[in-house]
Amino acid sequence: MSELDSVEELYQQVILDHNRTPRNFRKLEDADRSAEGHNPLCGDHLWVFVRMEGNRIGDITFYGAGCAISKASASMMTEAVKGKSRQEAEELFERFRRLVMGGDGGSLGKLAAFSGVSEFPVRVKCATLAWHTLRSALEGKEETVSTE
Amino acid sequence: MRSAGDLIGISTRKRAEHGFDVERIRRDFPILHQSVFGKPLVYLDNAATTHKPRIVIETVSRFYERDNSNIHRGLHQLSERSTKAYEGARVKVQKFINAAEPREIIFVRGTTEAINLVARTYGRKQVDAGDEVLITEMEHHSNIVPWQMLCEEKNAILRVGPINDRGELLLEEFEKLMGPRTKLVAVVHLSNALGTINPVRRIVEMAHSRGIPVLIDGAQAVAHLTVDVRALGCDFYAFSGHKIYGPTGIGVLYGKAELLEEMPPYQGGGDMISSVTFEKTIYNKLPHKFEAGTPNIADAIGLGAAIGYLTGVGLDAVSAYESELLAHATETIGAIEGIRLIGTARKKASVLSFLIDGIHPHDIGTILDKEGIAIRAGHHCTQPLMKRFGVPATARATVSFYNTREEIDALAAGIRKVKKVFA
Repeated sequence: MSELDSVEELYQQVILDHNRTPRNFRKLEDADRSAEGHNPLCGDHLWVFVRMEGNRIGDITFYGAGCAISKASASMMTEAVKGKSRQEAEELFERFRRLVMGGDGGSLGKLAAFSGVSEFPVRVKCATLAWHTLRSALEGKEETVSTE
Repeated sequence: MRSAGDLIGISTRKRAEHGFDVERIRRDFPILHQSVFGKPLVYLDNAATTHKPRIVIETVSRFYERDNSNIHRGLHQLSERSTKAYEGARVKVQKFINAAEPREIIFVRGTTEAINLVARTYGRKQVDAGDEVLITEMEHHSNIVPWQMLCEEKNAILRVGPINDRGELLLEEFEKLMGPRTKLVAVVHLSNALGTINPVRRIVEMAHSRGIPVLIDGAQAVAHLTVDVRALGCDFYAFSGHKIYGPTGIGVLYGKAELLEEMPPYQGGGDMISSVTFEKTIYNKLPHKFEAGTPNIADAIGLGAAIGYLTGVGLDAVSAYESELLAHATETIGAIEGIRLIGTARKKASVLSFLIDGIHPHDIGTILDKEGIAIRAGHHCTQPLMKRFGVPATARATVSFYNTREEIDALAAGIRKVKKVFA
């Protein structure tokens, strides 16, 4: 067993890849909803932009700076929820949160790469920041989301 | 220190190398001898808090086992012992920083409370609308926010002295900011985020030539540098017990007696009074005027023990050894490709703040933790300073005299592992 086991479990290749080249990493000019998220503990700071098409997420982007976990999570979230309804996105967040807390998130596709986070309780906030921010954007809240 | 080394025959190689018997020191700190994730603990987060030598732990528990009692009013034996030990700790602090009198030493919870005390008493009395308080760009939040609150309340102005890219205060610029409306200069002695040692003595001279009093935030400095408040000439000096190998929840405000005498009390309550009627209360004399309620007796006594321990080792020896360690760390870590050091002042102590290209400090911290290496990753309660350097956070290793060269090498190896994970 390698000594880096749990670290490698946390920083899986797909996460490192999304950290290096985050997808949908830009401001969305025609967004009709957006929200700001902040993790004061380590300074993760990001914005999520959403354009709804009816009840569905027509387009979603994010922008900001943060650790690999928060950035990769935001990047993969944008891919996972595009085209989903608000309710479906909420439901996915619930399952994602169960996963990173060490529970059973069910079938999560690529998002299952975040299972290693559960071994690092202080990093759960990093993994869920983008999701909290998305929820805030969908609810149309104005204030900054803080994970503290 | 030499005598301690001579008593113990082992580690002669290390002693020859450093002139400092670190193995002997390490035996005094029980917490250091443990594994974290199967690796020997390498504790390099000393700016956050320091560990406690056995003598401090034993002093506190002995107090509770034998002497515990309230102070200053008991007629019984235990109270007398407690009072004597508590006031004895005050004298130890007084001597440690070379204050003129024990009554100039006020026990508080920590540096933060000490600064708030000055802001809420001296500040509220002296600062009016349009007046100014002068700080620097490298202050900890605890030496920013209390002044901001004061300025907001009084419609006063907070001025901020700039630093250069090495993290050194621009002294000429700083002096220019000292004006006729400046009511107080508040400056950090040793920066927790950069390691910069500020020329506080010169700052005091500059300020005093204009009649401006100076508060020094000594939270980091006291554990690493010899501090002599009378040589510095400062009006206030604040520090925390837990950063100097003492307990948490105890700290010190030094103030010149004539200033403290003029200041209104901080909190009202028991112990800070001479007499109370519903019409009027006569306040107690110094230092009790500023110590309302039952103080943190046990931890004050513990702080006294920590100071005794540190002076036993000798701060000159500590400073010299830690400088060597920091130089070794700067050289070893600085040589790793992709490393950027934040804070390269010519006069530095203890702190190595760094970034690795393309890797967030939080990720560095997590991976090092799994190697048993404790560092800090974050803004270090210096968000304006992080902004000045254009970074959200740094990774920060801070050395103490119980750290070894081997631990610095372990940190370097850990950093190479971080790079490998992210390669």
